[in-house]
Amino acid sequence: MNRTEIYEKLTAVFQDVFDDDGIEINDSTTAADIEDWDSLTHIMLLSAVEDEFGIKFDMKAVQGLKDVGAMVNLIGELLA
Amino acid sequence: MHILLQFPFDSQLLLRKRKSIKKELLASPGLMEKHIAILGGSTAHDIKDMLELFLLDQGILPVFFESEYNQYWQDAMFGNPELEELRPDIIFIHTSNRNITGFPDLEDSAEAVDSLLEQEYQHFEVMWDKLREAYHCPIIQNNFEYPFYRLLGNRDVSDIHGRTNFITRLNQRFYEYAQAHEQFYIHDINYLAADYGLEKWSDPFYWHMYKYCCCMDAIPRLAFSVSNIIKSLFGKNKKAFALDLDNTLWGGIVGDDGVENLAIGPETSMGQVYTEFQQYLKAHKKLGVLLNVVSKNEHENAIAGLKHPDSVLTPDDFISIKANWEPKSRNLVQMAEELSLLPESFVFVDDNPAERAIIRQQVPGVPAPEIGEVEHYINVIDRSGFFEVTNLSKDDFKRNEMYKENARRAELQANFGSYEDYLLSLKMAATIRPFESIYMSRIAQLTNKSNQFNLTTKRYTQEEIEAAAVDPDTVTLYGRLEDCFGDNGVVSVVIAEVKGDTLDIILWLMSCRVLKRDMEFAMMDELAAKAQRRGIKKLVGHYYPTPKNAMVKDFYALQGFTKADKDEQGNTRWELDISEGYKKKQHVIQVQN
Repeated sequence: MNRTEIYEKLTAVFQDVFDDDGIEINDSTTAADIEDWDSLTHIMLLSAVEDEFGIKFDMKAVQGLKDVGAMVNLIGELLA
Repeated sequence: MHILLQFPFDSQLLLRKRKSIKKELLASPGLMEKHIAILGGSTAHDIKDMLELFLLDQGILPVFFESEYNQYWQDAMFGNPELEELRPDIIFIHTSNRNITGFPDLEDSAEAVDSLLEQEYQHFEVMWDKLREAYHCPIIQNNFEYPFYRLLGNRDVSDIHGRTNFITRLNQRFYEYAQAHEQFYIHDINYLAADYGLEKWSDPFYWHMYKYCCCMDAIPRLAFSVSNIIKSLFGKNKKAFALDLDNTLWGGIVGDDGVENLAIGPETSMGQVYTEFQQYLKAHKKLGVLLNVVSKNEHENAIAGLKHPDSVLTPDDFISIKANWEPKSRNLVQMAEELSLLPESFVFVDDNPAERAIIRQQVPGVPAPEIGEVEHYINVIDRSGFFEVTNLSKDDFKRNEMYKENARRAELQANFGSYEDYLLSLKMAATIRPFESIYMSRIAQLTNKSNQFNLTTKRYTQEEIEAAAVDPDTVTLYGRLEDCFGDNGVVSVVIAEVKGDTLDIILWLMSCRVLKRDMEFAMMDELAAKAQRRGIKKLVGHYYPTPKNAMVKDFYALQGFTKADKDEQGNTRWELDISEGYKKKQHVIQVQN
């Protein structure tokens, strides 16, 4: 799966979790850019991403996620 | 009922789409507001969100209080203004084995382990006592799930130093408290975790990352399970099964294959699995769940199948058997009417997905679970919590018998010239008295369960019922009715408040199982007599319409009251002047008071 394909699926997950079809994301998107993205929604978001891509994050990896770009990279690595 | 919230549900989908599902559910009419406090020993945020969805699906609009992380004990013991302000109807204590502070050391003596156990247990008991005293509401308490590792391996469960053994003993103490105290309910997360798979359930990732006691995916299961206890306490349990026959209660089609070729009984594997399912259904009779048949069949074929020598269920086990070629939705609605139940009190069980879809569409509110293949029927029905048992009463054991008696009364009625002759032939005897302690739980149960013959639909907890019973300015009456066919138990409840020289009737309900027996007139006669003895001049009644209580809209008119007032919600107020006397309205029931 290339980055474009990952972005396509990931955008749908964001739209569901934040219940907003207008949400768009890019490499530099962070929690500060999306109003409802707090620590609790973050947990839900990660769980939904795991489910969507059929992957499992470990603790170390989760703690290194600083923006959406890093998340996309991590998803790509886990799928490779 | 929302299809996504029916067991077996897709947990990830619920977690992900919670916001849009919530919006949909909030639009449903007639939601009943309840205040729910979650005192958590681990993060409870998602549990709250999921619980909200499942409760909304049951018609309950929850207003929550949620403890700050791991503040459950402090909030309970030292108070919390927000919690006090909420005045909870239910308190849910969401703790797990992560909240056990001390486990035995391998070198500990038996006495030391006992004293540690006592200490851990007391931490909880003092909290429960405190909460009961402060809030007088039902408490739901998690037990402890098994630990996710076993230092002693298999010995962990039997050795007093093992965590598994310690947790088992601690759980046992919780159960003893539950057995000794009313309004205290154990939420069995130990079973849930086992059922889900303990290794996945207690994945330490979730504890260390987010302080969750279980994995994210298990949260909807946990919340659903709590919601079942809550909806049961608020009278939202189902009351009856509507069962298909062919390939549901036995393998094969009786009309085509013949009785002798049905798969039922010990001879074959297929026969055995249907037998087990029939035994499971039959056991529900003692819980007061009514068994009924809705089947597309010739009536005689249906009966012949149920008379199969190996059939566990026999025609006598059913209250109503509708076997014909009419649409099942029509049969179900008609059956509900005949039994004086609401259609949504039924659970529809049918192996045919098309029939299930039609029922869901035609009779909203009736669950038609996706039961899968026969070997999994029990799995799905049992985990759906339709009949979650929060209180077991003697009344439940007898309920099937009572409905059978009703069917016999209906037969008898056909043989009488006038309805009054029929009523007299029933030799009815009623006991109508102020609330008595042995009936408090039944009375509270009735206030939460009765929807149709209920003038104000005011719900009471048992504590509130007990308080009303001793309040000098409140008049309470319960009515119990027996007749030549049997004892109907407590069937009517009235609560009225004395205000100067008027008596304001704030609750009037009757069980539909005694409709058209003049019991409501016997109750009014007693209430009026009591009122007169207190020097009351006027009785005041209210009718608050709901989607379910249209049958009593003319109740006070029939009792001779005059309509005094109507507001924009359609609520009406009625008055009856008794200062010049009161004419008794019923003479077919012998009343004892």
